[in-house]
Amino acid sequence: MTAVATLLADGRLHLQHGPIDCVCRAWGEDGEVTQAYRQAASRFGTILGELCAELPLLRSALPGDLPAGDVAREMHRACLPFAAGFITPMAAVAGAVADAVLHALVAERRLSRAFVNNGGDIAFHLAAGEHLRAGMVTDLLAPAIDGVMVLEAARPARGLATSGRACKGRGGRSFSFGIADAVSVLARTAAMADAAATVIGNAVDLPGHEAVVRRPASQIDPDSDLGERLVTWDVLTVSGDEVRVALDAGRVVADALISAGLIEGAVLALRGQFALCGVGIPELESA
Amino acid sequence: MTTTRAATDAPQEATLNEAGTSEGGIVTCDACPVLCRIRLGKTGACDRYGNIEGRLARMDPLTVLTRRPDMVRVEGHEWSGNPLAARDVFVSAIGAGTTYPDYKPAPFIVGAQVDGVDMVTVVSEGIFSYCGLKVKIDTDRHLGPETATVRAGGEAVGHVTTAEYGSQMMSLGGVRHLTGGSKKEGIVACETLLALANGAAVELAVDGGAHVVVQPGAAPIVDGVPEARMRVGCGSATIGIFAGQWQGHADEVIVVDDHITGVLTEHQAGRFLDMRPSGIRVRGRRSTPGRYFQVANPGLGWGGTDIADPLAIIERVDAQRAWPGLRLLMVSTTGEHAAWFVLDDALRPQPAEMPPAIIAAVARIGENCEPALCSVLFMAGAGGSLRAGVTENPVLLTRSVQKSLTKVTSGGAPVYVWPGGGITYMVDVTAMPANGFGYVPTPALVAPIEFTLPRADYLRLGGYGDRMRAVEDVLAEARPRTVVLPAGVVFPVR
Repeated sequence: MTAVATLLADGRLHLQHGPIDCVCRAWGEDGEVTQAYRQAASRFGTILGELCAELPLLRSALPGDLPAGDVAREMHRACLPFAAGFITPMAAVAGAVADAVLHALVAERRLSRAFVNNGGDIAFHLAAGEHLRAGMVTDLLAPAIDGVMVLEAARPARGLATSGRACKGRGGRSFSFGIADAVSVLARTAAMADAAATVIGNAVDLPGHEAVVRRPASQIDPDSDLGERLVTWDVLTVSGDEVRVALDAGRVVADALISAGLIEGAVLALRGQFALCGVGIPELESA
Repeated sequence: MTTTRAATDAPQEATLNEAGTSEGGIVTCDACPVLCRIRLGKTGACDRYGNIEGRLARMDPLTVLTRRPDMVRVEGHEWSGNPLAARDVFVSAIGAGTTYPDYKPAPFIVGAQVDGVDMVTVVSEGIFSYCGLKVKIDTDRHLGPETATVRAGGEAVGHVTTAEYGSQMMSLGGVRHLTGGSKKEGIVACETLLALANGAAVELAVDGGAHVVVQPGAAPIVDGVPEARMRVGCGSATIGIFAGQWQGHADEVIVVDDHITGVLTEHQAGRFLDMRPSGIRVRGRRSTPGRYFQVANPGLGWGGTDIADPLAIIERVDAQRAWPGLRLLMVSTTGEHAAWFVLDDALRPQPAEMPPAIIAAVARIGENCEPALCSVLFMAGAGGSLRAGVTENPVLLTRSVQKSLTKVTSGGAPVYVWPGGGITYMVDVTAMPANGFGYVPTPALVAPIEFTLPRADYLRLGGYGDRMRAVEDVLAEARPRTVVLPAGVVFPVR
């Protein structure tokens, strides 16, 4: 099956190919938007094939060889800063795809604003003085907009990525070593935000706690790049203090990444509690 | 090992080679260039395709009903367009997906020739915010007062409605619980509806009443006790049915019932048989001779009352009429409770060993009871935008359904369409293929719905003629699964 591009009734563009689902939106004159969507769909059509051509390399731990494809290279670059621990370029795949589609969408077009949302990993474009509002949902089981993040052109972030522990088979599509319900990260690109959200999400943890149920990744998904490593399957009852401890462990990592200039800010959520890190995170408006 | 060939996208040679080196039971999915190697029981990266019993299958597969499963070959590439009569397959909406909010044509508009008539079936999963379940629970036991709130996991999900013949009705769900209450109430209501609609058991608690475990097609469990029998009738009806068989073996029979308790010799049936009045007077309000209301409070004891000792409902024994040695049977409307008494010289009922003829008479009541079941009807309104997926002029569809020109089915099962405006229908969930329901987090239930009508009528309604696909093409392309309808359900295509 080839990539599918569908224009939704509300003016958004839906791009789907295999496991990738992107929802895009551009604001501008009609002709500009139409042309932008055409460019995005055209670029999207070949992305999955390009990635699949290098899949074995992209599933290998970093540091490793630099891949050939544009998107693959951005994945590699976004993850390389975290290669001291275990990471593969796949940690940034969703963000890198969003960046690439946005890049194609805005090229030579006059658009006030645009975004490409690839399953929660979002690349966005803002002309001077513009802003976007991103709604945040902290509980997938009771989805409601719990807060709104205002993304402003004056700030450097152009990527917003969210990583959670909901793994394959439990409502999610990927794996986490940690227990965060959600970690949202703002960074210059969606690929960088994606990789960082994964790393911070892994750090929100209660090592050795009996309420954290872990299973080998390969047992859940035999094709996982994480192999036999233990990933979080379920989190049973934990106390409010323990939630704080886990969030603080993640905050230490997030603050370090902010200091290193890798990300602009992060919001960490676990069991109704939050940690807000970095000046790059605007005040959360209540919805 | 099954290895499928590459699909429309030509993947890189290296990737294909890697994917090809598979072990036993692994399926290589060719739906996209990722070419996931999917192990038995697992899904690919997209979660849309998986390995079911060694075959590549869609995880939310379109479901096709068939009279003869052996005649349909639709798994993956094995389908070669072998002849099959359109009257033997029916593309159901289960797994069809939806095009909500439906300004677009429904996912499948299937054309087929049935006995020389060109028919069209418009197939779509509907997202129903206006939906709920009407539950009939066969029991005499008092589940709770009318209009009492019914809860699941502490959240209000419905209410007790009328008591029907041998049954208590409940209404679960509905838009006010799904979207009108708290977020949690909506989620729990949705979970409860989904579980019951898909045939699972759910524990419900009635405010000021009982805990009851409900499962479609299974006996209700009231406060931990499985219900076995549905009563043969009310107390008065029980007397009407069995009076002749009791005559000569008992001098008086009192059938204890929370609704209408019957007293044989005073009842029209006993009078007709010229039985001697026993002078035993029961409590409660006399409706007509031998028929008493409110002999006790509702409860989980004899005949849906709160009593454990049947003598508690006897108000007095008239010394002018009763006689020592009078043989008294007290029995419930299901025969589950029964006691035998003989009046002593002081005209007090004394427990005695039940004679074989009476044991047989009590057993006969039980034999005539049908098994107690829970039955669950899904009720929903398809009056909204769903119709726009069928035709560009939705009101014509509504009228066509109301005139019975368009046949509505749910997962192929027959539905009852309410008279009046809109397309509000009910369907017995046990008549549908298993697991036909889904949900969206809105929260709302997703239910299959199909509209079948002659092709000419469909075009006249403003139908999407250009989207019509032959049933053979749908079978070949959609990789559906085939199921047979539950036994006794009429096949939707004649």
